[in-house]
Amino acid sequence: MYDSDKIIPGLIIFVLFITFPVWYNHGDASEVPKPELPKDVKECVLPVADMRAEHMQLLNRWRDLVLRTGDRSYDVKIAGKEYQKSLMNTCMQCHSSKKKFCDRCHTYASVTPYCWDCHLAPVE
Amino acid sequence: MDKKRRDFLKIAGISTLAGLGGPAVVDRLVTGTSPVGARAAKEIDPAALAETHEAEAKGHGEAGEVAKTGRRWGLVIDLRKFREDPELAEKAIHACHSTHNVPHFTNKRHEIKWIWLAEYENAFPEHSSYYKDKLTLDNEVLVLCNHCDTPPCVRACPTKATFKNKDGIVAMDYHRCIGCRFCMAACPYGSRSFNWRDPRAGLDMNKLNRKFPTRMRGVVEKCNMCAERVGLGKQPACVEACAESKAIVFGDLNDPNSEIRQMLKTNFTIQRKPSLGTHPSVFYIV
Amino acid sequence: MLEKALKGNKYYWMWLAFLGTFMAIGAICYVRQYNYGLGLTGMSRDVSWGLYISQFTFLVGVAAGGVMLVLPYYIHNYKEFGRITILGEFLAIASLIMCLMFIIVDLGQPIRALNVLLHPTPHSMLFWDMIVLNGYLFLNLLCGWVILTSEHKEVAPPKWIYPFVYISIPFAISIHTVTAMLYCGLPGRHFWLSAIIAPRFLASAFAAGPSLIVVAALILKRVTKFDAGKKAIDKLVTIILYAALTNAFFVGLEFFVAYYSNIPGHKAALDYLFFGITEHGVTYDNLVPFMYGFVILGVIAIALLSIPYTRRQNDFYLGLGCVLLFISLWLDKGIGFVLGGFVPNPLEQITEYYPTANEIFITIAVWCTGFFILSVLYKIAVKVEEDIHA
Repeated sequence: MYDSDKIIPGLIIFVLFITFPVWYNHGDASEVPKPELPKDVKECVLPVADMRAEHMQLLNRWRDLVLRTGDRSYDVKIAGKEYQKSLMNTCMQCHSSKKKFCDRCHTYASVTPYCWDCHLAPVE
Repeated sequence: MDKKRRDFLKIAGISTLAGLGGPAVVDRLVTGTSPVGARAAKEIDPAALAETHEAEAKGHGEAGEVAKTGRRWGLVIDLRKFREDPELAEKAIHACHSTHNVPHFTNKRHEIKWIWLAEYENAFPEHSSYYKDKLTLDNEVLVLCNHCDTPPCVRACPTKATFKNKDGIVAMDYHRCIGCRFCMAACPYGSRSFNWRDPRAGLDMNKLNRKFPTRMRGVVEKCNMCAERVGLGKQPACVEACAESKAIVFGDLNDPNSEIRQMLKTNFTIQRKPSLGTHPSVFYIV
Repeated sequence: MLEKALKGNKYYWMWLAFLGTFMAIGAICYVRQYNYGLGLTGMSRDVSWGLYISQFTFLVGVAAGGVMLVLPYYIHNYKEFGRITILGEFLAIASLIMCLMFIIVDLGQPIRALNVLLHPTPHSMLFWDMIVLNGYLFLNLLCGWVILTSEHKEVAPPKWIYPFVYISIPFAISIHTVTAMLYCGLPGRHFWLSAIIAPRFLASAFAAGPSLIVVAALILKRVTKFDAGKKAIDKLVTIILYAALTNAFFVGLEFFVAYYSNIPGHKAALDYLFFGITEHGVTYDNLVPFMYGFVILGVIAIALLSIPYTRRQNDFYLGLGCVLLFISLWLDKGIGFVLGGFVPNPLEQITEYYPTANEIFITIAVWCTGFFILSVLYKIAVKVEEDIHA
């Protein structure tokens, strides 16, 4: 190989550089977030595991059903009670703190959903 | 041999493309609606395709016209009542704008309005007003989105962010709007506003209706005929604000027994710019 | 071949640095607009499209103009255009990139731009515009690059490229037709609601695009060894002249229809553009100087391009004629057409539009980006030509 004395160190520096976040943060994993759950209600729309994995798809589906299909029926059952499909008027009624619920995981996962650009979080 | 194989592959490729894409394109051009295209190209089973198509078309209710059997919400605005009570219009405007968290900006360039007062000659420019009578001169007309039966804004929107729902309401999906403002150019009634800046800068955050969202900057907004209230069986906010006076009557234009149809039967009404073929759902009694 | 753009004299680099400066200023202005919203522009509820979309409209025409070289060469086998068709194709590339940039800077939610693909909507003309603009960009990139590469290797272009060249011709017509359809299908916008908009757009495009190519060819003749050839230029000027006259004729027809029919809606925008409107004692006429400029420069340019002395004996007057014509058509389509259509608004009220400094700098930056790309592409094309003849 021509110029191997330049290419090989160059490659090493490049690999080190792009893996920088991995080894720099090694062994420094911050604590797994613990979103604060509502105290009086134990049940949600879906089982916890499903909510954790799919709440965003659920919200998108609700959005399309309500806004585009015009289906505003109270057909969400939680612990036998019926609710409408609404982020502000259903979810956030139980999860009354965005900071202690939504933000904890979202900050940890470094995602900034734009829900709150329009939707109003509960007053805290 | 080699050449033949190449030719065969070419023909096979082209016919596959035509077979997959062709019907979908034709289908969508004919109906001019549903957003299944992207998915349709992937679907191979025609039955499944038709099914999705139907479901989507029904769901989104974007077919050019609402079937006459379906609902078509409309309004009759009785200008006589507004002349009797000059404060009524302001009440209706306030009810609408506070219900929907419509921001107020002092800079006219950033103005956002869903329902407002316009001079008679501005609201009805096609009507002759050469020697205007005192009543039309002195009084203004409430104008808002007409929720047209054939809405030009819906035709123009490149993402279906604005669409006609199953009840004849021309609605906005703010999640999808890209802010191209084609709908604003297309609307012949000037009913659409754009969020030139963050709307929350023009709102008192302590006086919001916390049951309804605000909008974000960079999307178009307009009157939604209170779809969120009507869907729950309530009357639109402006109608409720002038409740006792019956200055604005809300109802189903496709139901011959509705109150609104009785009003239309017994009164001479006009619409804004009927010559454009948009078929507004808002009627005026002068 | 891209490496050819990296070798140039100091004037070449100074020119690129000059353009780069404005691009950088514009980028800063765009960051400001991105963070604040389109409220940083002069647009409003009533004039909801401004400089960005009007530049877009004009530049679609410049892009389509290149077809006036491609068509005679490939369909009519007009050999004289052989050396300059590449200028037309590269001009189309630069213009189309400018068009797409103007669309993006005009969007309220640019990060959602791909919603147009995610939710395809065939009943929206903007959807089709997106398809034809990107299609035409792709065709020009492909044809321009393949043909220049073969020229570079001094071999005949591969046969498979010709279908793409032929398809690019109707595509050129389609980009400006569909762009016209953005406007001429809107009810209640009387100024735009005219079946003659698409042909008028094409006429002005076939004058504006080739004008720029003539100017470029004259500059290239002075600063490089690339000579388009007198015959080619002269033929191009004939095309420009016919197109410019056709455009003037169409504008005249618009005037006739509006003022002879005497329908207020049809007259209003023309009144506003050319004479100013007085309402409640206030005169609104901020576009009148531009429209006067359009007419006066247009007349001077047509004269310069038709008088044999200024057209054939003197490159300076020929270049001047083309520059004036380009500016004239820019005033017409890049200023008057889009902005005038919003006045008066649907409620027959008048709101005037004044672009802000921030908006103007972004607009200049997009133009500079286009000229930057154009310069680099022309540099490559010229170097290839020079290498062959060296």
